Amino acid sequence: MQILLVEDNPGDVRMMTDLLSETGILTQLHVSMDGADALDFLKKRGSHGLACYPDVIILDLNIPKKNGKEVLAEIKQDDALKSIPVVILSSSEADIDISYCYQMQANCYINKPHDLFNYMNVVKSISDFWFQTVRLPILS
Amino acid sequence: MDHLINPFHSKEIHTSKEIDILLVEDNPGDVRLTQEVIKDSKLRNSLRVITDGREAMKFLKKEGVYADSAMPDIILLDLNLPFKNGKEILAEIKQDPALKDIPVAVLTHSEVEADILKAQELNASCYLVKPVDIEQFIMVVRSIDTFYLSIVKVSDALI
Repeated sequence: MQILLVEDNPGDVRMMTDLLSETGILTQLHVSMDGADALDFLKKRGSHGLACYPDVIILDLNIPKKNGKEVLAEIKQDDALKSIPVVILSSSEADIDISYCYQMQANCYINKPHDLFNYMNVVKSISDFWFQTVRLPILS
Repeated sequence: MDHLINPFHSKEIHTSKEIDILLVEDNPGDVRLTQEVIKDSKLRNSLRVITDGREAMKFLKKEGVYADSAMPDIILLDLNLPFKNGKEILAEIKQDPALKDIPVAVLTHSEVEADILKAQELNASCYLVKPVDIEQFIMVVRSIDTFYLSIVKVSDALI
């Protein structure tokens, strides 16, 4: 399972990395710490020329260079990328953000938990649902 | 402080609104099983069942008797339906500005790769294969409940 995590907060990156490895699902995690790098990775530009498509993208909204909403829009407007599920994981509870993401076809929107217990629960839920239950498309 | 402990239920606590689910499914056995599982959900919800595609679109477009109906927060959609198949419905929903932000979970028997890819290309939120085994079917529906009804936030703009 190839996962792209787009997140600039090192603490959150560390948390996600640890929790994903605890799920017991074999996952290869690529981390992009800004929106521009995430898109370079997805479009296989520059140093990412040999990258493979992730199976799932976990995307924070509050990231530098290109924010999460712009990244989401570009992914869902790109024929090669639009089929990749995008899980928004954001601390924003603003309905304007939630609404925008669904308009732009985010697959789901999850609020970043405030405490470890709930963070563990969220990551486990994402893993159970997206890595074990749903059928992901096979992208060439 | 409750919402800090249970962020997943924040929609319920802040708005006290129940989640409106639309199930578009023609197989009575599958409908019954789904209803049983959703009834046990942690989150307050109301489940509307429509058994054919044409009727589903009338409901979503609030035509005729449906003029005052609430828009669903999430749609569970079988692909294999009478009159209008699920892919056509999915395409119509996602092309309609008033409907395109409603998450659509495809729940269907087909395991054909072309169907899975097509559904994703048409912006289905997720694709779930309906198991033949009843216990496994229950688990899949329960997983939708656990994830989409409890963890995920849906847009309040749909209220």
